[in-house]
Amino acid sequence: MNTASSDAPKLRLNGVTKAFGETPVLRGITMQVPSGELVCLIGPSGSGKSTLLRCMNQLEPIDDGAVYLDGLDIAEPGLDLGPIRRRIGMVFQSFNLFPHMSALDNVLLAPRRVLGRGRHEMMDAVEALFSRFGLADQMHKYPDQLSGGQQQRVAIVRALAMKPEVMLFDEITSALDPELVDSVLDTLRALRSDGMTMILATHEMAFAREAADRICFMDGGVVVEEGPPEVIFTAPTQERTREFLARVIR
Amino acid sequence: MNRRQRYEAQQKRRSILIAAASTAVVLAAIIILVPMAPGWSQVKASFFDGEVFLKVLPKMLDAFLLNIAIFLWSAPLIAMLGLAVALARATQSPALFPLRVFGALYVDIFRGIPVILVIFLIGFGIPGLGLSRPWNSPYIWGTVALVLTYSPYVAEILRSGIESVHASQRSAALSLGLSERDAMRYVVLPQAIRRVVPANMNIFIALQKDVALLSFIGPVEILRQAGIYKSLLANFTPYVVAACIFLALTIPATRYADHLMAKQRRARGGG
Repeated sequence: MNTASSDAPKLRLNGVTKAFGETPVLRGITMQVPSGELVCLIGPSGSGKSTLLRCMNQLEPIDDGAVYLDGLDIAEPGLDLGPIRRRIGMVFQSFNLFPHMSALDNVLLAPRRVLGRGRHEMMDAVEALFSRFGLADQMHKYPDQLSGGQQQRVAIVRALAMKPEVMLFDEITSALDPELVDSVLDTLRALRSDGMTMILATHEMAFAREAADRICFMDGGVVVEEGPPEVIFTAPTQERTREFLARVIR
Repeated sequence: MNRRQRYEAQQKRRSILIAAASTAVVLAAIIILVPMAPGWSQVKASFFDGEVFLKVLPKMLDAFLLNIAIFLWSAPLIAMLGLAVALARATQSPALFPLRVFGALYVDIFRGIPVILVIFLIGFGIPGLGLSRPWNSPYIWGTVALVLTYSPYVAEILRSGIESVHASQRSAALSLGLSERDAMRYVVLPQAIRRVVPANMNIFIALQKDVALLSFIGPVEILRQAGIYKSLLANFTPYVVAACIFLALTIPATRYADHLMAKQRRARGGG
């Protein structure tokens, strides 16, 4: 599995459709995410970016199509998703830290309960993660004692503690005060230099342009256009992409 | 004192004055008017006899220990059954549909029957099947009746607590690879239980009072003991004693529950 050749995508979606009741949200999404790449999903609110991310770790079951992780179709109904999801980290717009646990316990919960690791054997690795993202002094605080930026970084540490192979980020800076956004984007830059495979739904166009390997512009539940950032941001071929970018970039 | 504090102090003085005056008027009315009622002297003699009060108090306190004992062994059983029913009703898997229906049915039935009826039906009915000692004990079946009638309330409160924990908490737990079960156990339930502690305290205060209903099927707890003294002394004062003993326990408990609720409201409002 770890010898997968560089052209075999880490994550591959094939014709994914999803509807909430009668409302179609994804209308046949096909995309590939090569190992070690950072893919940014951009597009207007309601275009299906968040739902697409939630389909990638099967928090939302898909209606049709397939989601392959290292060639394994994880959308197979009845599949035990625990072992799949521990390989895919996810960070949410609203942080979703567990408010009744300290930052440290938030991070330790899954390694202890899912991987059966002891608190002590995890401590060094977890402390290193907290320090790396500037949270060394916040380990024993509760979520409501942390700023939004700190909470979001704890949420990233929590996902990383499971040593995931892919990370999904769902508009993780949208709920932050503007002056806190950079601290979170810096952690993404650090992960990118580690070679983490990442998919990021975002409204931070400057960051997408600077850091992404590839941009997918979504609208109305389809990928309208995709390509390297320099192409999408300077010479988009689709009218809808041009309109969207004209609205969000001033 | 700044301008605002002066104003607030003045408002506070005013409201204290109004409250004191109105309380005084009501008390005065009771003290003056009630003794003018034609039957007051008999009522006073048969309900508020100081001598009887002091005479029966120690024995009544003893009997109250039995109420406390019944409460203490019923409460954990109620908490456990309540939790089990709440979890049964909160399951989302289609395979567990019968469990959900059973939970709903149980809650509907036992919330819909007066406590005293359940106590009669179970407390007299089941030993009537011809069970031998000790299985015909009113303590056992009285406890069963209390557990069956109180668990649905606890279950419904817990369920509302579980539903009040935002779905994103479950999503976060599942995304880390936790099973549905562990997500419930380590993430959702701890938050849900904390939120419903004050509401559950009120249920358990009600339970403490309703333990007295078991007197109708046998156990000599405080209400029964009061009845015995009433017949013995031809005086109702023992009932007043019983009421005072209950109040000594329930008033602090109720105040504490209110205090917890207010604290929680503040915490949420501030958060």
